[in-house]
Amino acid sequence: MRFELVSPERRLASVDDARAVRIPGADGDLTAMADHAPAVTSLRPGILVVETALGEESYAITGGFAEIGADVTVLAERAIATSEMTQEVFDDWVAEAHLAHEEARGRTGEEADGALDSAAKLLSDMVAIGGHIGLDPKQPNL
Amino acid sequence: MPNLKDLKNRIASVKSTRKITKAMQMVAAAKLRRAQDAAEAARPYTERFNAVVGALAASVEGSESAPRLLAGTGADKTHLLVVMTAERGLCGGFNANIAKLAKAHADRLRGDGKTVKVITVGKKGRESMKRNYSDLFIDHIDLSGVKRLGYGDAAAIAADVLKRFDAGEFDVATIFFAKFNSVISQDPTAQQIVPAKFDAPEEGGSTLYDYEPGEEEILADLLPRGVATQIFAALLENAASEQGARMSAMDNATRNAGDMIDKLTIEYNRSRQAVITNELIEIISGAEAL
Repeated sequence: MRFELVSPERRLASVDDARAVRIPGADGDLTAMADHAPAVTSLRPGILVVETALGEESYAITGGFAEIGADVTVLAERAIATSEMTQEVFDDWVAEAHLAHEEARGRTGEEADGALDSAAKLLSDMVAIGGHIGLDPKQPNL
Repeated sequence: MPNLKDLKNRIASVKSTRKITKAMQMVAAAKLRRAQDAAEAARPYTERFNAVVGALAASVEGSESAPRLLAGTGADKTHLLVVMTAERGLCGGFNANIAKLAKAHADRLRGDGKTVKVITVGKKGRESMKRNYSDLFIDHIDLSGVKRLGYGDAAAIAADVLKRFDAGEFDVATIFFAKFNSVISQDPTAQQIVPAKFDAPEEGGSTLYDYEPGEEEILADLLPRGVATQIFAALLENAASEQGARMSAMDNATRNAGDMIDKLTIEYNRSRQAVITNELIEIISGAEAL
């Protein structure tokens, strides 16, 4: 099974013989293996893991979607190999999610609750990434 | 007849100009390669993105619950023009061509009785748009501090545009940039980004996908990202076009300087010869007089 991970700036991974890809979908994690039913799912911030004959590679990704067909293509707005993830980059991501959360909190109107919920989810997903990699989110738990 | 010293000075100054234009051309060539690589690297994302979102958009088209970013506000009253140019000049007609296209567009819309608003990206575009359309001008986005264009820059512009859309400030948004064809040809292009437009999905690619969460939720999530993606692609094209235009402009300038030096050198040699001849005549006629 062919697997590609693409961000707007570059192609991060292109693997010809992936065995399985674990994708952090918006509605929950899912694992794509060969002959998976065609599906498109949007992503939440999380860790994507590709299993090949040589071992596993993992990437921290946020925003975008995955297209599962004969090939698996993941388009992530931001993606970085977990081995290259540093505290500084992670701090940026968390700070951004935190800002969005603060902004949603200040909003009023009928959609405000939904926006606050999704911003809170985004923030906690982001914080969870840090837990997976062993980085300090420096944010109080929600 | 200009005196010899003046000619010599002019030749020296044109020579140093040629050195500068030559250097700028080489710098542009190096930057062009980098800009092209960046545009190349971004292509797979944009293509896949548009294919998937295009297919999704086609399936909800016409339905009443289609997101506003796709269906539009239902009005066609206020147009937002996002004019993207370079931060620096000395690149031939690059900035002027984009501004000219945007102005033609603005004039046509105003002729049809629509309201036009202008946002500029890049200093050069701001200067020329502000001169004629200062009343339409609403904002400027400064990228002069940006060394390497990243997706974040495009996302920031998109966030600004989307915020204005949500606030009901405009109905239709169009971006202006130059598409890179080759070093000698860049096409100024207008592209509508809100409401989103996609090429019709190709036939045969009609795999039936399961959508998770639902088609409309995914679309609502992806359309704002689509705006950022299109702006990012346009910025990258623009960067490559700018360097291409600068490269050919500087190549021309270098060649012109060379021609000028040749002409000045001939003139210089002629005057020098005239001076020598004059001196000889003076000496000879002085000797004869004795």
